[in-house]
Amino acid sequence: MKQETSTLEIDDPFSNTLPAYTLVNLRINGQTHKLRLQPWVSLLDAIREYIGLTGTKKGCDHGQCGACTVLVDGKRINSCLTLAIMKDGAEITTIEGLADGEANHPLQDAFIEHDAFQCGYCTPGQICSAVGMFNEGRAHTLEDVKELMSGNICRCGAYTNINAAIMEVKAKLENE
Amino acid sequence: MTTKYIGKPASRVDGLEKVTGKARYSADFKVEGLTYGFIVSSSIAKGKITSIDSSRALALEGVLQVFTHENVRNLPWFKLRYTDMDAPSGTPFRPFYDNTIRFSMQPVALVIAETFELARYASSLIKVEYDKETYTTSLYKNLSKSFKAPKGKIGYVPPKSRGNADAAYQDAAFKIQAEYKHSAEHHNPMELFSTTAIWDNEKLTVYDKTQGVSNCQFYIGNIFGLAYKDVRIISPYVGGAFGSGLRPQHQLFMAVLAALELKRPVKVGLTRQQMFSFGHRPATLQKLALSASPEGTLESVRHEAYSETSQFENYTEVIVNWSATMYACENVELKYELVKLDTFTPLDMRAPGAVTGVHAMESAMDELAFELKMDPLIFRLKNYTDEDQVNEKPFSSKELVACYREGAEKFGWAARNVEPRSMRDGKNLVGWGVATAAWDANQMPSRAKALLSIDGKLVVSSGTSDIGTGTYTIMTQIAAEILGIAIENVTFKLGDTNLPLAPLEGGSWTAASVGSAVKTVCEDVRKILLKHAVKTKASPFYQYDSTKLQIDSGEIFDPNDSSKGVSVTEIMRLAGVNSIEETSTSGPNPLVGRKYTMNSHAAVFAEVKVDEDLGTVDVTRVVCAVAAGKILNPKTARSQILGGVVWGISKALEEESKLDHQYGRFMNHNLSEYHVPVNKDINDIEVIFVEEKDDVVNPLGVKGVGEIGIIGVAGAIANAVFHATGVRVRNLPITMDKVLQIAEDDRNQVAV
Ligand code: FES
Ligand code: FES
Repeated sequence: MKQETSTLEIDDPFSNTLPAYTLVNLRINGQTHKLRLQPWVSLLDAIREYIGLTGTKKGCDHGQCGACTVLVDGKRINSCLTLAIMKDGAEITTIEGLADGEANHPLQDAFIEHDAFQCGYCTPGQICSAVGMFNEGRAHTLEDVKELMSGNICRCGAYTNINAAIMEVKAKLENE
Repeated sequence: MTTKYIGKPASRVDGLEKVTGKARYSADFKVEGLTYGFIVSSSIAKGKITSIDSSRALALEGVLQVFTHENVRNLPWFKLRYTDMDAPSGTPFRPFYDNTIRFSMQPVALVIAETFELARYASSLIKVEYDKETYTTSLYKNLSKSFKAPKGKIGYVPPKSRGNADAAYQDAAFKIQAEYKHSAEHHNPMELFSTTAIWDNEKLTVYDKTQGVSNCQFYIGNIFGLAYKDVRIISPYVGGAFGSGLRPQHQLFMAVLAALELKRPVKVGLTRQQMFSFGHRPATLQKLALSASPEGTLESVRHEAYSETSQFENYTEVIVNWSATMYACENVELKYELVKLDTFTPLDMRAPGAVTGVHAMESAMDELAFELKMDPLIFRLKNYTDEDQVNEKPFSSKELVACYREGAEKFGWAARNVEPRSMRDGKNLVGWGVATAAWDANQMPSRAKALLSIDGKLVVSSGTSDIGTGTYTIMTQIAAEILGIAIENVTFKLGDTNLPLAPLEGGSWTAASVGSAVKTVCEDVRKILLKHAVKTKASPFYQYDSTKLQIDSGEIFDPNDSSKGVSVTEIMRLAGVNSIEETSTSGPNPLVGRKYTMNSHAAVFAEVKVDEDLGTVDVTRVVCAVAAGKILNPKTARSQILGGVVWGISKALEEESKLDHQYGRFMNHNLSEYHVPVNKDINDIEVIFVEEKDDVVNPLGVKGVGEIGIIGVAGAIANAVFHATGVRVRNLPITMDKVLQIAEDDRNQVAV
């Protein structure tokens, strides 16, 4: 195969031209939001700053804490590690979309009952993550839950209560 | 149903908002026309900025301004204006004051742009040139320059020695001496620090992450020359703080500066990395020497601590004093010195000082118990005291013995063999350790307001904060019970400078301080209601003796005469009042403080399993038995203790802000390299609240539970690791390389 050589000007990457705007359709909690976004906008910032759904939290912006966890087509992801334009048309669920009408998601009630938070900042991420974990169907025991929920840091240290809430809902869902 | 709520395990009143994403934290406020700020941090630790070139950033469409020391000029730079309520002595850091760099990652420029992404990108285009100067960030290399810690910071009490510790040590039959090292730690609340500032109609509204809205109000008013009444700070929800919100942080100054200058709303946040550029728990070196008689009587305690501070402020905390009050001992020698380094000033972090000092003291106690071949719990009981020997006063209450007893029972301590390496579970060595903890039960002056409306709804408020502590919930419980109405009819408001003045939210004093104010103001409203009941002609209790009446479930009644009754709302209607509003102040009783020392206590028991080949430590069980007076809400209080224990496990095994002295910078400044426990790291934690009645500490009999849960944990774990392995790791965190005694830069372990 013939090798192609090219010279690239790399000593000055500066340009006054900013990334162009693109039309993006974000479907969040069943509602479509038509946005004009630059491609450098993360899904997290799109949800929080451009759409105004601030239930999803930013704890690091680097995929290290789980506070920004949302569900995309039922799968849990760190929305800070995803660009909004990559999720055009996907079904996104945030903490604001978990309730069924007036009725809370059972995890939401169980978190209150078990006091599975203190400051509450990690909570939307914990709950979305737990829903995603249920969808994965890999968590069978408490040890599994501890392992599979370890991507969501709770600095307040509510882990034992978080696990109690999750185990209770897990048992309930399995009995249904 | 009666309206008795105090002491009941009510679920958090703010729980629904927290689980539905409706709770608004500092960065969650939507504002029309919002602009975004991004801070540029210095790349060096010390020196001078020789030039800043912002031209490329400013050339981008949508970049509104770049602030640097060169164009921020018209501020009053007197140091007093920057002194906040939690400032130690010295000169507080003044952003953009001059071209001097005092610590690594110092804010050197602030970019404001129409979007967050643009501000962040533009910040990368700002060129800063420096003249570097030599700096020093190692505590241990600068010990020869240590000096006596000065007074000046809120809560700091200099240590007091007694007797002759050196002579007693010389003569004693059993003795140990050891050095313990702690590295710096950062609070790392989950919520990133953020401020949104809005300048509208000559008034400033600020949404901030803080543990004291009034502290921020005064700080901003003083610096920017605004009347306090024109500065409103709002902070209804705080995503954890642990002390990091006690002082105003960089982004508050930045957001206000830009909003005033540009006349546009501005949001400025710190990145996780930048949250390693403000206060931290200081690195320390502690030297201890203890001695005892053959019977196990503690004969001398010598405790010295050397702690870092910045070049510009003298941060102090109470590290060694605990060693003079925890056990009976005639001879105690204490010393506490500071060493100035080119880092930012340390900052109170959950149980400041106590966590550090008590870990060292409780490890040393374990070392001495081992010398004596004595059970470490029996050794502690033998040296138990009901008197504060420093101030020669009794404790107002001290149910520590009950903590030891109930904790030991639950844990199964009696089955413990004193010999190290005596228990095993497969390839794991098993160890059990115990430690004691104590913390101050303080009360601060506080104000609260109550407004009872004709519809029977009560709104109580105070400008305190709830950082996850349960303040919203316990205040609602107190108000509902004292007034005698259903809890559903009570709303508690906090985190707003429009509300009555409350102290900083810290030191475990909020329940006692704000709680007492809420109690007082609700008693006042109750008195007014009862007055209406006996003074209103149409009332069934007209001309009654009001002291005979009670209120429960919103009904006014006479317990001795069930034939009559009238509801609270009806009596207001009959009396022709639409609402009752009262504001009251409550503060500590100075007489009580003169007579008693007031502390909360705890006994912590820990089990560890240590992989013999790998040296990894797993904390499999912790029992934390706490004596903290009246527990207002066992559910939220238990969570506070659980959190404290998790923090203790973290301190013992994980947390460490690593300074690279070549750069003078904390290198692991993110959540993947700064380790805090994840779900998998935490196992069984048992919390016990022992019965403790205290009628003098404050009107509610509470001592606070925010800090007592963490203090003894690292000591108990370190002692358990020794019991499991026979290796005494004296420097925290206890990592696998230290357990195996192969840590290259750390030889401070001994094996038996
Ligand atoms: S904010 Fe996305 S993982 Fe931390
Ligand atoms: S509840 Fe505060 S971080 Fe989890």
